[in-house]
Amino acid sequence: MERDDIIEYSLDAHHSEQEGKKIRRKIWVVTAILTVITAFEVALGSLVKQSSDSWIYVKILFILLTILKAGYIVMTFMHLGDEKRVLKYFILVPYALFIIYLIFIALTEALAVNGAWNTYGG
Amino acid sequence: MAGHATAHVDSGSLWGGKVSPFSVSYGKLMMWFFLVSDALTFGGLLVAYGYTRHTTESAWPIGEETFDSLPFLGHGYPLMYVALMTFILIVSSVTMVLAVEAGHRMDKKGVMKWMIATIIGGFFFLGSQAWEWSHFIHGSHFGSVELADGSRAIVKGHFGEFESFKVVKAGKHHKEGEVIKESPDELFHHFRYAAMNGLVKDNQITLHDGSVATWKRQHDHNLELIVKTDGNDKALTKRTVISGKEAEKMYWDAINSGEKGRVIYGADLKSNEYGPSQYGQFFFFITGFHGFHVFSGVIINILIFLGVARGTYHRRGHYEMVEKTGLYWHFVDLVWVFVFTFFYLV
Repeated sequence: MERDDIIEYSLDAHHSEQEGKKIRRKIWVVTAILTVITAFEVALGSLVKQSSDSWIYVKILFILLTILKAGYIVMTFMHLGDEKRVLKYFILVPYALFIIYLIFIALTEALAVNGAWNTYGG
Repeated sequence: MAGHATAHVDSGSLWGGKVSPFSVSYGKLMMWFFLVSDALTFGGLLVAYGYTRHTTESAWPIGEETFDSLPFLGHGYPLMYVALMTFILIVSSVTMVLAVEAGHRMDKKGVMKWMIATIIGGFFFLGSQAWEWSHFIHGSHFGSVELADGSRAIVKGHFGEFESFKVVKAGKHHKEGEVIKESPDELFHHFRYAAMNGLVKDNQITLHDGSVATWKRQHDHNLELIVKTDGNDKALTKRTVISGKEAEKMYWDAINSGEKGRVIYGADLKSNEYGPSQYGQFFFFITGFHGFHVFSGVIINILIFLGVARGTYHRRGHYEMVEKTGLYWHFVDLVWVFVFTFFYLV
């Protein structure tokens, strides 16, 4: 049953052919960026071996590029960048805080366990 | 594109709860809430993976050593296949966002066209994942072996094909002196089963029917044993590579020991040839759970496509249902970006 006492936001989502062209252009640009980043990651991964000393920097670069890719997907493909700002932060901030906390606590614990095994044996 | 409400809102309705503080419809907001909770599930899984990887004593496998094969072309192409899968999923995400864009212009034909492309992309990804699982479960021709000193080595190189078995002791089906000629794959299949179960000893193999045979096969090429042990620095691993004649001797000594469990081929939930058992378990769970999301995404896309084709959303005056399934589909792509990095790349 349709309610007529609330605003129908879905109807505001329409755009003209002209605006559509601009939006499609943006979509293809983001596609190109995502593809280039993925190809770059695979190429870099096969050039630098995990046993090399510079691997740690490659690893950090991979993680940063992943967050960049995720940003493009969430902001452009999922349109979160076009939503009201309060909605954007309502979704992103609590999630980011919780996950950063979880990563910190799990990896700290993991390294402690590893250290204990090295010292006392598994 | 939700944008801002164009309808005029007077203060009466503003204070009467007529307005969404987020300027989005109920359905879209709930989809976002669901996606946040699902993202927490995947975040938890990947953090658990990181935890295990950091605690495990034995060295964790490297993605480019484990996943280096392409269909029809064999091995030697590190991560190419996974990159291809990633590309397929990105493209299907693009076709989905184009369907959403067409919906905002009330272009029914455009929505249908791009949704069909998205569904096809989804099936392609599922097919690729099925191939990868099958490859992961069956493993390489060499497997991994436990060496004489108790360390375990993964093996790289080109496996010499089997040509024939020659029976030296009769069993139920085969007579003594009989030469068994089957395809190299079939012969290897018998050998794999026997080697795993400790039925290969001193260059002789005990077959299913109890007969004992010797084998004739081509030479191995570029055989390499990679032994990993934990270094003192926790994150780094020491990696010893043994190659040439020495590697060949160590490998075939282990195979010919006649001990069960010396060689492991492929992967199951108990053990795998790539590294610690948890590695296989996380592979099956994380990529499996993601594959299940892709599968349900394809089903939902098909249902919504039928709605589009029937004209349900056109009559409604907006294509928000396409936008909402689009959110779910992009989310599946988003998760894969993280799985790709943490499971395969680093």
